[in-house]
Amino acid sequence: MKNLPTLFLGIFFALAFSWTGLILSSHLFLGDLKSTTATLDEQGNPVEGDPLYPLKLSGIAREGKQVYIDQGCVYCHSQQIRTKGYGADFERGWGERQTVARDYIYQERVMLGTMRTGPDLANVGTRLSSVQWHMQHLYEPQITSPGSIMPPYSYLFEVREIGSRPSPNAVSIPFDSPYAPPEGWEVVPTPRAEALVAYLLSLRVDYELPEMKFSEDD
Amino acid sequence: MQGTQPDIRMPPPPPGLSQVKREAERAKLSEIDRSMRVAGLLFVLSAVVWLMVGTVFALIASYKMHNPEYLAQFEWLTFGRVRSAHLNTMIFGWGNNAIFCVALWLMARLSRSQVRHGGFLVLAGILWNMGVTIGVTGILSGEMTSVEWLEMPMEVAPILALSYAMIGVWGIVTFSHRQTGHVYVSQWYILAAIFWFPWLYTVAQVMILFVPARGVVQPITNWWFAHNVLGLWLTPVSLASAYYLIPKVLGRPVYSYYLSVIGFWALALFYNWAGIHHLIGGPIPIWLQSAGTVASVMMTIPVIVVAINHHMTVIGSFGTVWQSPTLRFVVFGAMSYTAVSLIGSAMALREVNVVTHFTHFTVGHAHHGVYAFFTMIMFGSIYFILPRLIRRNWPSAGLISIHFWSCALGITGYVVALSIGGWIQGLEMNNAEIPFMTVVRNTVPWLTARTIFGILITVGHSAFFIHLVWMLLPERFRRVPSSYDSFGADPIA
Repeated sequence: MKNLPTLFLGIFFALAFSWTGLILSSHLFLGDLKSTTATLDEQGNPVEGDPLYPLKLSGIAREGKQVYIDQGCVYCHSQQIRTKGYGADFERGWGERQTVARDYIYQERVMLGTMRTGPDLANVGTRLSSVQWHMQHLYEPQITSPGSIMPPYSYLFEVREIGSRPSPNAVSIPFDSPYAPPEGWEVVPTPRAEALVAYLLSLRVDYELPEMKFSEDD
Repeated sequence: MQGTQPDIRMPPPPPGLSQVKREAERAKLSEIDRSMRVAGLLFVLSAVVWLMVGTVFALIASYKMHNPEYLAQFEWLTFGRVRSAHLNTMIFGWGNNAIFCVALWLMARLSRSQVRHGGFLVLAGILWNMGVTIGVTGILSGEMTSVEWLEMPMEVAPILALSYAMIGVWGIVTFSHRQTGHVYVSQWYILAAIFWFPWLYTVAQVMILFVPARGVVQPITNWWFAHNVLGLWLTPVSLASAYYLIPKVLGRPVYSYYLSVIGFWALALFYNWAGIHHLIGGPIPIWLQSAGTVASVMMTIPVIVVAINHHMTVIGSFGTVWQSPTLRFVVFGAMSYTAVSLIGSAMALREVNVVTHFTHFTVGHAHHGVYAFFTMIMFGSIYFILPRLIRRNWPSAGLISIHFWSCALGITGYVVALSIGGWIQGLEMNNAEIPFMTVVRNTVPWLTARTIFGILITVGHSAFFIHLVWMLLPERFRRVPSSYDSFGADPIA
C-alpha cells in the first residue's frame, strides 16, 4: 500500500462509524428517557397523581450497591429479564415482564451482566423478600441452597459471644446446622451486609411501564 | 492500495543478492534491534511476570468455582475480585506489554527505522506497569468498578493513558522515519491498532466511569469497548505478527496481496460493530442487536480471507512450521483465529445465542480468542524477537516443547470442556422443568475439568518463565549454540 491518506482516513472512519452508529445514536435515542406512570393520558403524558417509575435507590440500598460492585456479584448474576419465549426467564419465575431501557435510567452504574452462574437478580426483591433468607444465604449459601457454588460471604458478618441478650438482627441459623455458631455465640451482619441485603430487596420489577406490561399468562 | 504491482514481498533480500549487500542488510537490522534492546526486554519481562501472576489468579478463581469454600475467608480473594484481577493482569499486564514489544519491533523492522530515544519508552513502560500494579491492587482491595474489562479503579486511567500515549506515539514516529517505499500489511494493522486502542479506552472510561451515560448506553459502550479490545487491539497486532513471521521464517512471499487488502478493510469495517452481540435479548433497541448480529456474521469475510492467505502461504512447508518454534505457535494461533471467529459468528445468531449466552460457553470462547489465538501468537513472536534483541539464543529446545505442548493441549481441553459444559448448561437453563440448582450441579464436572486443563497450561507457562530466566543468566550457566539462529529461524531476519 502506498496511498497513506486513504489508509489513515479508513482507519479513522471505521471506528468513527461504529461509535456514531452504536453509541452516539443510542445516547441520542435513549439518553433523555424519563420516569413515567404505568399508563399515559390522552396527550401521552404521565397521569397526574400516579406513581412514577422506575424509583431511585434509597440511601442504604445505594451503599449496598457499592458492596455488590466491589464484591463482583455481576460476574455470576445478571440483572435483565428477556422477552417471553426467548430463553426461560419467565418460566423460571425471574420476572413478570421483560426489562426495558427505561428500567435502568436511574442506575449510576448499570449491571446487566453477561453470566448466569447464579440466577438473574433483576426482580430478586420481589421473588425472595425475606431479610433472614438473604442473611443466611450470604453468610453460608449451603444453609439455604445446598450444592450451590456461590462463595460464602462470611467476612461480611461478625461471629461474637452473645452479650446480656441476643442481638435483634442476629442471623437465625438452626442449631443442628453444621454452620451454626457455637452455643452462646451469634452471627451478626456488619453494616455492609445490611446494606447489601437492602440493595437486593430494592431490586424489583413489580411495576408496569407504558411500553411494557406484565405478561398475560403464566 | 494502488499500484498494479503486488508489492507484498518481505523486506529481506532475495537469495541472489551479493554477500556484501547481505552483510550490509544484516548490520542495518542489528542496529534497529539494538535500538529496541532495553525497552523490548523490559516489555517482554514485564509481560511474562504478569503472565505468571495472572495464571495464579486464574487457578484460584477456577478452583473456587467448584470448591466455593476454598480461601473463602479472604475478602480480597473472593471470586468476583480474583477473576477480575486475572482478566486485568492478563489483558493489560501480559497482553499489552507483549504487544508493546512485538508491535514496536515489527514497526521498526518493517520501516527500516531505528527506535529513537528508547529511554522514553523505558520510562513509559515503567509507568504502564506501575499503573497496572495499582489497578490490580485496587481490584483486590475493593476499589473494583464491576464494569467488564474496565475493573481497575478509574484513578488509574490517567496513568495508563499517559504511558500509552508515550508508547503509541513511538510507533508512529518510527513509522514516519521509514526508509522503505511501500507499507507492508503488518504495518497497516499496527498503525490501526495503535490508533484504535486509545480511542476505545478513552471513550469507555469517560462514558462509563467519569461522566456515566444514562442507563443502557453504559452496557452498549461497555461491549463496544470490550469486544473491540479483542477485535481492534489484540487481533490486528496478532495478525500483523503472523503476516510478518510466516513468510519471514518460510522465506517466501505472502500468497496474495489483494487478499490481505480485503482482509484488512473488512476487519476494520465489520469488527467494531460486532460487540453488541453480548447484549442479544437484553433491554436495548432491537436494531442495535441486529446490527451486532449482522456485523458478526460479516466477520466471516475477513476471517476466511486471512485464513486462505495464510494457508496458501504455508502450504507445502508444514515440515518447516513444525521445526520452527516460532511458527509452531504462530500457526497454532492463526488456525485458532479461523476457528474462534467462525464460532463467534455463529454465536451471534439468535438461535445459538439463546443457548450460549449467560453460560460458560462464552468463557471458553473468550479464552479461545484471547489465549489460543492471541497469546499463542505472542509466544511465537517472543521466541523470534527476543534472541534478536539481546543476541542470545534460547538455551533449551526441550523447554520450548514443554511450553508448546502443555499450552496447546491445555487450551484445547479447556475450550472443549467449557464449550460442552456451557452448551449443556444453556440447554438446561432454557428448560424450566429442570431446577436451577440441578443446572448448577451439572456444570461442576466441567468446571473441575477446566481447573485440570488450567494446571496443564500453568506447567507450560512455568517452562516459559524458567526458560526466559535461564536465557538471561550469565553465559557460564547456558549452553551456547554457535549463533542465535538455530531452532529453525531465518538467520538474516
